[in-house]
Order: sequence, then structure tokens, then C-alpha cells
Amino acid sequence: MSRRPGLIRLALVALFVIAWEFLARRFGNPLFIAPPSATAVATIAMLHDPALVRALLEALREIVTAFAISVVVGLCIALPLGLNAFWRGAFLPLVLGLYALPQVTLLPLFVRVFGLGPPTKIAFGATHGVFAVILAVLAAIRAMDPVLLRAATSLGASRRQLIFNVVLPSLVPSLFTGMRLAMSGVLLGVLLAELYVSTTGIGYFTQAFANAFAPAKLFGVILLLAAIAITLNELMRVAERRLGRWREEPGR
Amino acid sequence: MQIVCVAAVLVAWQIGSTTGWLNPLILPPVSAVAAALGTLLQTGTVWADVAVTLFELIVAFALAAAAGLLAGFLISRSTLAVRVFDPLIAGLYAVPTILLFPLYLLFFGIGSPSKIALGATLAFFPIALSTIAGFTQVSRIYIAAARSMGASPLQLFRYVLVPDAFPVVIAGLRMGLVLGFLAILGGETLTSNAGLGHQIVTMAESLEPAKMFAYITVAFALAIALNVLTSWVETRGQTHGREQTA
Repeated sequence: MSRRPGLIRLALVALFVIAWEFLARRFGNPLFIAPPSATAVATIAMLHDPALVRALLEALREIVTAFAISVVVGLCIALPLGLNAFWRGAFLPLVLGLYALPQVTLLPLFVRVFGLGPPTKIAFGATHGVFAVILAVLAAIRAMDPVLLRAATSLGASRRQLIFNVVLPSLVPSLFTGMRLAMSGVLLGVLLAELYVSTTGIGYFTQAFANAFAPAKLFGVILLLAAIAITLNELMRVAERRLGRWREEPGR
Repeated sequence: MQIVCVAAVLVAWQIGSTTGWLNPLILPPVSAVAAALGTLLQTGTVWADVAVTLFELIVAFALAAAAGLLAGFLISRSTLAVRVFDPLIAGLYAVPTILLFPLYLLFFGIGSPSKIALGATLAFFPIALSTIAGFTQVSRIYIAAARSMGASPLQLFRYVLVPDAFPVVIAGLRMGLVLGFLAILGGETLTSNAGLGHQIVTMAESLEPAKMFAYITVAFALAIALNVLTSWVETRGQTHGREQTA
């Protein structure tokens, strides 16, 4: 019984692919739409194109780097803001103000500063991910049990011990939630920048395939990127579920 | 202190770019940005692009709301449909929608329709998901009570289902509007021939950083206005919904 919705879902997806195949062959203009079979053939052929594979791997590296930066920088910003009322009062409004800014408006500025290569994409991805980390960690610090802090302090914990033995461990679950959200932000940022810069990287290929009216290849690139995005998102979801729940271990 | 901090940043920016510490081509003096913004607002050139962006947003949101509310409501009527479609929609929502933009450009061209399609696609997901969530969380007791008191299906919909689902649905509508706005700005920035995002890119490419920041300020103001407006509607809608069910 519990497997039935999954089966129906699978059948629906299969039906969708079949309908797409049929309609695209029968009615579609081959300059604009490609049936799934042609897309699959083109996708496999593209995996033998070293330039395209290099662009995909580069995008993957940019995503991972931007993600690492947004987690580290996010923690470095969130911890002082969370633990110190003065810094929070001074800088939190600034952080929230920047968060409210539609970041895509700054994309041309990023290109001006960081050039057309990976640095722009990494930087733009990192700024898209960092706020999720900051906000998740700040919320976790605000929700932290003050009894724990007072207990540790009264047992003579130093500030360093307090941070490493009490604060950081209690942040772990929220940090993983923040990291999952940061990953989807980073994906958006990196892909936006990749598509914006059309002289190198993925953006070059999508532009070239669209201009050449080669929809099978264009669909293929998009499917490959979607596969990367889905894999990374799933990894983060599994990490959140498995690693983020240390406090609910049995035996406690 | 918050004002002091923001003021300090602005003053540092102004001093930095006038003395040449900051590259004025990247960060022009605040005063120059303010002047450019003043001219934009006075001559009224900005309104044409604001109108394009808002038009795209309204059409995209209307499409997404119609499709999302209808699909969400229909799915919520059957437990099996919820279990089939809810994970499917949530899964698709996790794929970066921006990936579809090159396709939309191919299908719909460089003008407004491709931005509308992008905005509508992204906005559809939170609206559909929250509509499903809103209508499935309606308490069975309310429904049974209304039925046993002889409510017609229409009355059930109007007086029980809608008021109870409303607060959840409106949160999704708000999310859809905000995401739609961001998607449309993004599409305009990537490839377009009009709108705020288009102007920002044009000014950046023609080395007019003051005007570029003026347009960014307009987009920022619009984002904040949308946020304030929708959160006001959301709070109103939520208290309203609660009054009706109470």
C-alpha cells in the first residue's frame, strides 16, 4: 500500500516522457523542441565532448567552493553577532538589509570586480548561500537554552570552552538546516552567473546551442545541470537527516 | 545605533570613492548615485521600466496563482493524489528553475513572455504546495459537522474549507509573489530588452555606475515595498481567516 503512490508517480513521469516523445515527433518544430530520445542521444554524445565536460566540472567546483565559503564566512559572521549584543545591534540591520536586496541586480557589478571566470561565479554563489547560514545560526543561538550557558559558566568554563563545548555543539542541527538552504542558494547564484557570462563556461554552451537551434543539446545541458543540482540537494538532505540529529540519538 | 552604523557605511563609501580608495567605476560616490536617482525620478524615465517589470510580475503571478490554486485544490481532494503529487511537486521545486530560462528564451523570445514564463514557473510551486497543505489540514471534525448540519458542497467550500485553509494558502501566495519578482529580475538581467534588470545591465555595460546604482536602488525599493505590502496582506488575511473559523 505504501508503495502505491510511488508507483503511480513513476507511471505519471513515464507517461509524461512518452507524451513528450509523441507530441514532439508529431507536432514539434525540430528547431525548438527535441523528443526525449534525441535528447538522450545528444546528452550521451555530449559526455564525450571534453570542452563541455570541463565546463560542467568547473561549475561543480565553483558550487562546492562557493558552498564551503558561505558556510565558513556565515559562521564567522553569525557567531559574533549571535554572542555579542553590541555587534548584533550594530550589524544585524545591515545584514538583514543586504539580505532584502535582490542580489541578481548586483550580478553585473560582480562581473566588473571579479572578471568573467570562476571567481565571479564563486563569489556570486557564496553571497547567495551565506545568508541562509547566518540566519539559521542566529536563530539557533537565540533559541539556545540559557540554563546550559549559565551551568557551564558557573562550573567555571572559560569563554573558549563555552563556545567550543556548549555553543557549537548545540548549533549543529540548525547549522545543517542552514547548510541545506545555503546549497540551494549557492546553486542559484552559480547557475545565474554561469548563464549570465556567455563567453565561457556553461553559459557559452547554452547560448551556442540556442543560437544554433540545437534543442536536443540544449535540453541535454539543462538535464545534466539539473542532475548535478538534484544530487547535491539530496546529499544535503541526507546529511541534515543523518548528521544533524545527534541529540535525538537513542540511549539518551 | 543601527542608523549610526548604516550612516557610517554610507560615509565611508562616499569618502572612499571620492578619494579614490574605492574604484569609482565600481562604487561611485553616494552623492553621485543620489543625483542620478534624482534625475531618473524627475525625468520619469524610470517608470517605463518599472512598468515593464511590474507588468511581467502581475501576469506571471496571475498565471501561477490560477494554476497553483486550482491544481493544489484538486490534488488536496484525494489522499492518494496528495501522496502522489506532493513529493513530485516538492521535488521539482528543488531543481533550480533558472535552468529553464535558456529554453524559455528559445520558445518565447527575448521579450516579456520569457520572463513571465520563468516567474510563473517559480511562483507556481510554493502556491501549489501551500494550497495542498492548507486544504489537507482542515479539521475533519469541521467538515463532518458542516455536512451533518446539511451544508451543500458549495457551502462547505465557502464557509469551512476556504476560511480554514486561507492562512496557509496566503503564505504560499506571498512566497510566490516574492519569488516571481526575483525570477523576473533575474531573467531581465540575463537576457532581455526592457525592464529594471535590463537597465541595470545596460548601465553597467556602458560604464554608468551611478545610474546603475540608481536603478538598483529602485529595484531594492520595489522589493521592500512588495515585502511590506504582502506581509500586511498576509497578517490581515491570517487574522481574518481565524476570525471566520473561530
